[in-house]
Amino acid sequence: MSRLTYREAARLALAHELAADPAVWTLGEDIGRGGVFGQYQGLQAEFGPSRVVDTPISEAAIMGGAVGAALLGTRPVVEMRFSDFALCAVDELVNQAAKARYMFGGQARVPLVVRQPVGLWSNSAAQHSQSLESWYVHIPGLVVLAPATPADNYGLLRAAIRSDDPVVHLEHKDLWSAEGEVPLDGEWEVPIGVARRVREGRDVTVVTWSGGVRIAEEAAAVAETQGVSLDILDLRSLWPWDRGAVLESVARTGRLLVVHEAVEVAGFGAEIAATVADALFGALKAPVRRLGAPRIPVPYSPALEPASRITAPAVAAAAAGLVSWRS
Amino acid sequence: MALPSSLSDAAAPDAERLLGLYATMQRIRLFETLADEAHKAGQVASYIHLSIGQEAIAAAVGANLRKDDVLTSTHRGHGHTIAKGADPLAMFRELCGRAGGTCGGKGGSMHIADFAVGMLGANGVVAAGLPIAVGAAHAIALKGEDRIAVCFFGDGATNRGPFLEALNWAAAFRLPVLFVCEDNGYGATTRTGSVSAGGGPGSRAESLGIPVTVVDGNDLAAVDVVAAVLVRAVRDGGGPQFLHARTYRFRGHTSSDPATYRDAAEVQAQLASNDPIRRAAATLAELGVTPDVLERVERHEREALAAALATALDSPWPDLRTAFTDVQDIGAPQ
Repeated sequence: MSRLTYREAARLALAHELAADPAVWTLGEDIGRGGVFGQYQGLQAEFGPSRVVDTPISEAAIMGGAVGAALLGTRPVVEMRFSDFALCAVDELVNQAAKARYMFGGQARVPLVVRQPVGLWSNSAAQHSQSLESWYVHIPGLVVLAPATPADNYGLLRAAIRSDDPVVHLEHKDLWSAEGEVPLDGEWEVPIGVARRVREGRDVTVVTWSGGVRIAEEAAAVAETQGVSLDILDLRSLWPWDRGAVLESVARTGRLLVVHEAVEVAGFGAEIAATVADALFGALKAPVRRLGAPRIPVPYSPALEPASRITAPAVAAAAAGLVSWRS
Repeated sequence: MALPSSLSDAAAPDAERLLGLYATMQRIRLFETLADEAHKAGQVASYIHLSIGQEAIAAAVGANLRKDDVLTSTHRGHGHTIAKGADPLAMFRELCGRAGGTCGGKGGSMHIADFAVGMLGANGVVAAGLPIAVGAAHAIALKGEDRIAVCFFGDGATNRGPFLEALNWAAAFRLPVLFVCEDNGYGATTRTGSVSAGGGPGSRAESLGIPVTVVDGNDLAAVDVVAAVLVRAVRDGGGPQFLHARTYRFRGHTSSDPATYRDAAEVQAQLASNDPIRRAAATLAELGVTPDVLERVERHEREALAAALATALDSPWPDLRTAFTDVQDIGAPQ
């Protein structure tokens, strides 16, 4: 075990895979100088400019090129700088990477990982703050990961690079400096599709991921003072997602609150809510609820950005509302 | 570069080689003619995009590639796939949605691909094949191989961003990729020149420092000569090359498009004097190949393809369960 930041954990995961497999390489804008957030620091010096490739600002070519390179048996790890910029490469990700194996009848695989920093960070406004995970979960062919801790960023990134499927790896910008214990030894990785129980509780199941986990943990402390106990699950992986863990928890608590930083409308919370309502109808003590951002572009001003934020008090209040429902 | 400034400077075309390319052109033309008939008879589920009139480029470029070279194609990809050596029976099965198709019936005409011969896929999105070819070339360079990547695209693709991004990338990293612009003058149903600024595809490539060779794409021997030189230059590590091949689409955008947006006189002139197959036949006649030899080649291709189509139509449908395979391993559908 080592105490590492989320940033350093990801850097070490990539370094480990670059060292272990000559087919692995990484490409993106400015990664030779460490990447926008320092998450590639020193990798080019260690592995050379042909394995850690500085690209032009050409998202379509970065992603499309990665598809072609993956079809020829290499394993590109693609950096998109901000998830918002990946929208410049939607065709290459959605129509090409996600579909090639299927359209061509299984003749080829597309083992690429695309890293997309997500979420609110440093008043970055509407084109640098989005959380678009539900877009990718909607696309057959893609795996979608959203780690919340250094250990999970390390273990999931390693699993993603080793996977033969195209993986969208969403890293929260506000977590780069978060610290935690990371097992660096050997071949350890985090299994994709398995949720992590963050906290045991009896009254309300809170399902969240990425930046939502810390908010839910803060909310649990607030709720505890009001006599409400939260059972918190960090999904870590959105496709596939751990239905079993969610249903087990909600079957115990009888109440579900999904919390995510993405816009609530048509967010991934809707999928979870629908699944739980369908599977546990009759066992629920209260309606299933979601708490996400309002459907507004993320505003810039420090006075306005909070309108897009999910806060611990709001989570605690929503949980308390579920407990007091009809009582 | 030792590129002949005109065909007359080149060595006289070799009759035997040209006859082989002629056979490939006939195979492409007859495959698409039969596919068109099958489509009109309701035996091909969806619309198809025909390359009738453009066969010389596919045949000549394909003949200059090794089996382990790779190529990406457009939505008009039958010719490139055949020229790279794919089995027409598997291709007919794919068009007819049958088991045993190149893609198991999951792709159809627009996604025809045969990785065993290096054909990395036709593409339903204009210009999408360019970055994929460049990425394949990047992988080839990373591995230190002497393969090359070839990218076919139309003139319409040159107005999309991925065209610029891919060309810039290939030039900046000096990658082994041959760009082949099949300029048939139309992007779907719009005259490309009416919506394109500047000096055309070649001038865009030149602005990025990529050498451009212009060729009459309906002159089989000419395309063969320049393709040989360009493929050699790319394979020798000289970086990307750009072949601007002027051609003409004899049919509409899709097989169901009557193409009434085109001037009848323009179409008639092209049909009368610019059919690459008839032009190749004339060249072969000048080289002493007798008409009965050409007829034999055509008859052989026609009979083989008719038999292949009949076999394809007699082939079983794919098992419905295969609709759920090859999506993804992690989180695959149940």
